[in-house]
Amino acid sequence: MNGSDAAVRTEMGPVSEEPKSVGGSWRLSGDFLFHKAAVLGAFLAAAALFATVIAITYDSWTAIQTFGVWRFLKSSEWNPVTQSFGAFPFIVGTLVSSAIAMVLGVPISFGIAVFIAEIAPAWIKRPVAGAIELLAAIPSIVYGLWGLLVFAPVFAEAEPWINDKIGAIPGIGLLFQGPPMGIGMLTAGIVLAIMVLPYISSIMRDVFMVVPSSLRESAYAMGATTWEVAWYIILPYTRSAVIGGIFLGLGRALGETMAVTFVIGNSNVLSASLLMPGATIPSVLANEFTEATTQLYLSSLIYLGLILIAVTLAVRFLAVLLIRHLGRHEGVST
Amino acid sequence: MKFHLWRTKEMTTQKEDGNVKSKSKTRLGGMLWAAVIALALVAVSSPGVSTASTSLTGAGSTWVYPLVAKWSAEYKKLTGTEVNYQSIGSGGGIAQIKKGTVAFGASDMPLKPEDLKAAGLIQFPTAVAGADLAYNIPGIKAGQLILSGPLVADIYLAKVKKWNDPAIAKLNPHLKLPDMAITCVHRSDGSGTTFTFTDYLSKVSPEWKEKVGENTSVAWPTGVGGKGNEGVASYVQRIPGAIGYVEYAYILETHLADARMINRDGKIVRPSLKGFQDASAHVDWTKAQDFYVILTDHTGPDTWPISGCTWQILRKNAPKETNLEVMKFFDWGFEHGQEMARSISFGPLPPSTVAAIKAYWKSELGYGL
Repeated sequence: MNGSDAAVRTEMGPVSEEPKSVGGSWRLSGDFLFHKAAVLGAFLAAAALFATVIAITYDSWTAIQTFGVWRFLKSSEWNPVTQSFGAFPFIVGTLVSSAIAMVLGVPISFGIAVFIAEIAPAWIKRPVAGAIELLAAIPSIVYGLWGLLVFAPVFAEAEPWINDKIGAIPGIGLLFQGPPMGIGMLTAGIVLAIMVLPYISSIMRDVFMVVPSSLRESAYAMGATTWEVAWYIILPYTRSAVIGGIFLGLGRALGETMAVTFVIGNSNVLSASLLMPGATIPSVLANEFTEATTQLYLSSLIYLGLILIAVTLAVRFLAVLLIRHLGRHEGVST
Repeated sequence: MKFHLWRTKEMTTQKEDGNVKSKSKTRLGGMLWAAVIALALVAVSSPGVSTASTSLTGAGSTWVYPLVAKWSAEYKKLTGTEVNYQSIGSGGGIAQIKKGTVAFGASDMPLKPEDLKAAGLIQFPTAVAGADLAYNIPGIKAGQLILSGPLVADIYLAKVKKWNDPAIAKLNPHLKLPDMAITCVHRSDGSGTTFTFTDYLSKVSPEWKEKVGENTSVAWPTGVGGKGNEGVASYVQRIPGAIGYVEYAYILETHLADARMINRDGKIVRPSLKGFQDASAHVDWTKAQDFYVILTDHTGPDTWPISGCTWQILRKNAPKETNLEVMKFFDWGFEHGQEMARSISFGPLPPSTVAAIKAYWKSELGYGL
């Protein structure tokens, strides 16, 4: 304790030399408390994560012992009757629905951010930005209901067209064949894309705004178009923050439960087409937890939760790697 | 903190089984431990029964929830006894009653007599209901389509894929069936309705029994899953060519087109409360051990083939007062709650079954009403 006291005092050194040093002792104890509270807070957050992982691993131990790791990951069978469980369709469903959300959501978010930061006149900036941010305030179950009751019927009308036109293309056509149900993997991806828009676009907008105007203005002065400024000046300058924002959105998409459960169609059978129903790890947890009657069944569901944490951590790890790699690249080129 | 400490002692002395260890811990440990244990105890043991004001806690089946909720509201007005029912699902209900945290558990799937014996439980039926098949075929109105059990199994096995399949046309020569893909809709959450439906299919189709089987949730070979009855109903309404199974009450509520079925006697029937009650009337409840009877695919000219039932589960070693309170509540419901049951599409149990339940209580518990 003495050590840290001393540390605080030395850090406070230059400040206490200022004339306002009357409350020095009070400030010292306040700082001391703040220091301890900050340490405790950080420690608790890390401890909570570890405790969660340990508790989940403990509860899924029955399933880990029965199915092992590799067999559980690659098995497509999810059969409560025979008590045989495998995670493959759900892992694929989670990754595919989130990938669709990213493919659709990231370009749109980029467009929104460029519009607000570069193109829009001042009077329209605020309302548009506010409207986008309001999307983040809508509870996910409302997105689910909207997806099921409003979007799915409209989308079902469009599906025969998708089926006929895109489904006829050899190769990728396989992804777009199926009965016009309006619900399925693609619908889930589209609803997720709308849900991640506010997260990605508001981070992009914030970092686009702080690009030094000298950089921007010089590019414009050299005759660059808005697109060229956005793509060659703003984006490289803010790259790591933009990637951080994208992965924040991806993290949200991976873990989204209720909205996906409503529109994905909840089929445990893996199918090639995006128009067919599927399931994600969170959706199968939401569906089957209440009626998981046997120990092995419950344990397998908790095991799925453990895998979801692992997938999320892997994505996070990838984000850090990517940012570091890009940072190094930048260091070399300049 | 003082309050919790005092409460702990009261509760530990009150509870005769299970909590003896925590009692000694409370005396030995410091204030912190006492508070922690007290909080845990309050959280764990309060749902059972508290003697001060009579209130009962039950948990389980979502299917029976509307009935218990309706009965308990009326029962409270008359007797002051509060019945607090949490519809956490049958699986949850069974787990809670086994742990002894609730006064009664409710399940849509009966426990096997040997399982009951092993866990020291008893069970009795509450009310009958039925699952119906709803469809969305353009141009075909409610009650026009006729299906048979084996045909439904083939549809859900994805062997019959189009509505104009010869197997469907054979049963419906008078209908103009479209060349449209069939989308099977099932429950995505575990459910007693699913158990009733899959149990029926297992009885009428050997292939279904072998490939899929019966449970509160199964590995569906095809189709989409909707969450809850409302999820299935909404998918059927929205997807042209869809067929799904929902509880009878939802057919009435959503005005979905319902199919007629060919029952075991070969008669064509439409779902009705009478059909469900007929299914239970053709069962000799008095002979079945622990009321382990499943109401699907029974004989009788008017019997609806996909009829089901919900069971209440009690602990044999629960305090006598608790069990008596639960028995009083359900006995009141059996006798005075029949109209209420009918109003929400549950079929009340016939008097002979109620008499059998009372005899069962006496023989299993050694006391009764």
